[in-house]
Amino acid sequence: MGGTDAKDILGLPKTPLSLTQEKKSRPQKESHRKPDGISREVYALTGGVAPLMPSIDVTQLKRPPPPDEKVAWQWLPVKSSARKDDLQLYHWVRVVNDIPPSGDYSFAKYNKSVDVLKYTDDEYENHLTDPVWTKEETDQLFELCERFDLRFTVIADRFPLSRTLEELKDRYYSVTRALLRARAQSPAELANHPLIKILAEAKRITEMRLAARRAAEPDVPANENIGSVSPSSNSQLPATAVAPSTLTMADYASTLASLRMLHVYLRTYGLEQMVQAASSAVGLRTIKRVEQTLQDLGVNLKPKVPTKTVCDEHLELRKEILTLLNLQKQLQYKESEGSSHREGTYGAMPDTPKDRVFASEPFGFGGTFLLSPLFQNFMYYFTISNLPGVCLSVFTAERPIKKEPKRKGPGRQSDTPSPAHKRPRKLKASDL
Amino acid sequence: MEDSHVERFSASTPKPRVGIDGGDDNKNWRRRVNGVEVSVPIVCGSIAFFRGKKAKEYRTHNWTVYVRGATNEDLGAVIRKVIFHLHPSFKSPTRVVDSPPFTLSECGWGEFKIDITIFFHADACERKLELSHLLKLNPEIYSGPQSPNVPVVTESYNEIVFPDPFECFLSRVINHPAVHVPKLPEGFNLPPPGDAGDESYYKMKKGDTKDHPLSHWFSKFSEADELFKLTATRQKVQADIAELKRQLVMVDVQPEQF
Repeated sequence: MGGTDAKDILGLPKTPLSLTQEKKSRPQKESHRKPDGISREVYALTGGVAPLMPSIDVTQLKRPPPPDEKVAWQWLPVKSSARKDDLQLYHWVRVVNDIPPSGDYSFAKYNKSVDVLKYTDDEYENHLTDPVWTKEETDQLFELCERFDLRFTVIADRFPLSRTLEELKDRYYSVTRALLRARAQSPAELANHPLIKILAEAKRITEMRLAARRAAEPDVPANENIGSVSPSSNSQLPATAVAPSTLTMADYASTLASLRMLHVYLRTYGLEQMVQAASSAVGLRTIKRVEQTLQDLGVNLKPKVPTKTVCDEHLELRKEILTLLNLQKQLQYKESEGSSHREGTYGAMPDTPKDRVFASEPFGFGGTFLLSPLFQNFMYYFTISNLPGVCLSVFTAERPIKKEPKRKGPGRQSDTPSPAHKRPRKLKASDL
Repeated sequence: MEDSHVERFSASTPKPRVGIDGGDDNKNWRRRVNGVEVSVPIVCGSIAFFRGKKAKEYRTHNWTVYVRGATNEDLGAVIRKVIFHLHPSFKSPTRVVDSPPFTLSECGWGEFKIDITIFFHADACERKLELSHLLKLNPEIYSGPQSPNVPVVTESYNEIVFPDPFECFLSRVINHPAVHVPKLPEGFNLPPPGDAGDESYYKMKKGDTKDHPLSHWFSKFSEADELFKLTATRQKVQADIAELKRQLVMVDVQPEQF
């Protein structure tokens, strides 16, 4: 063994006595510890070591069954409460001492079903009509709902007409709600029904938000919120620029409300809260960018003289910077969309003035596009701070303007802009 | 800030209305005025003098920490008492100052964060307000040995805001120099202060800091510069937003220029 050689070289005493004793005793220990009840080979399968937690009581395995019990297995008919028909099924039953087991079929308790309401034609006429849904469709929907226990994914697959899952759910739940309302004997009974309870809860929450928003902006149209009242519409808010602003409006209002609840607070604390509300819809990176921008513009991140006016202006400035960053991002996406249409390279323009920021932007090529120097400074701040890990790629322009390299084709750095490159796609297509 | 938010978006300034503050007791003096914001501009700071020849190992600086009105007016009309929580190494580190001017002087060697708790008069607010101040004894930039005549002054401006003040409080302080109340709309009637305007709120002792021995080290805080900078920057940003929007439109219009 390597160990002994090393010891030889080093001149250390060879394996001490205790070790050899250990070695000797171990195999002995092993053979002694072979447990009874399972064979030696089987035990060796586990590596000769006992399991951490014996899953089976080993000693029980080979023990004969207790002699006082008489166990037999019988092929007996089974009665299940879950079955409504008369089908007679049989299965093996463990019979102890000639007494068959009592009670219902053990799996019958899992046979849960949903109470899907059934409406009459009259009820449909009076309460449930809908411009988009015909009666036949609604009937079919309900039949599927009953059959498939409201598993809407399954129902959606089997629905004969093409309806989205959300539409189906919406229709089912609104019909059920309307039906419940129509049938309700008393409002109390109605309120206890889970569907109504959930709806009431959702309504309450949205109304709170609406009231909070109204406190801040009375002109906001109310219909934006009504759509979200129905609990069945899990559809998300449209991912446009509108959605974040409506969300943050509610945040502002609730922040204001919470500040008022304090009855006294420091102006700086109030500003912090409002800034947080403004940043609630954006990620940490964007927040950092906003702060970087503020610094670059020479504005204190926390106002030195936080009067009411100063704080208001500061907040508005932050919001405007957010908008600016947003727009910049949109522009970048639009450009990258545009560039992905074209094939890769569109080289640097030789006639680009040195001080252009968008040295190779398509719409800038026409020459009508001019950037104000002010804006250039801005873009410089944004782009530099925005993509820390990206190297500065150098175009023909002298100013190091950074672009996300993934957006450009491989030939981006080339300085050979031939006229052909200016119209890559179209030319090639027509050549074919 | 909160009210101007409302002002910005609604067509007209919300009319301050006297609303009853969810009150169990409907006493008059508990009614709050909504839509009006009372603010008290304060400066929280410290001034530290090096003791020079008299300095010992553990007593190198004489310093004073304080909460003063930004224009050195008497804060006693609003503040009942101020507690300065000193470093535990000080004897009885919880120092209570229950009359204006709310200053505390001590002698020490170390810099630490002083927690300050402000208690208001009952008619203003029952909740306390916490802030903190970092005591600085040594100048930021080393410029030679410290002179015992030139202190290290650290001040920070802030405003205590009472968003929906009690009627009685508002009427009591509406003309007080330490308190800023925005212009109330026409026809808004505030009941007279009544017996709340008695001396219990105005100590006999002079509470303002205009003639305080340290007053000539106090800084003057003006919002003008910062406001100017902010508005100028906002204009710049707005111009750039307009520019970007223009670009976005152009991108949409000329997608296939190449």
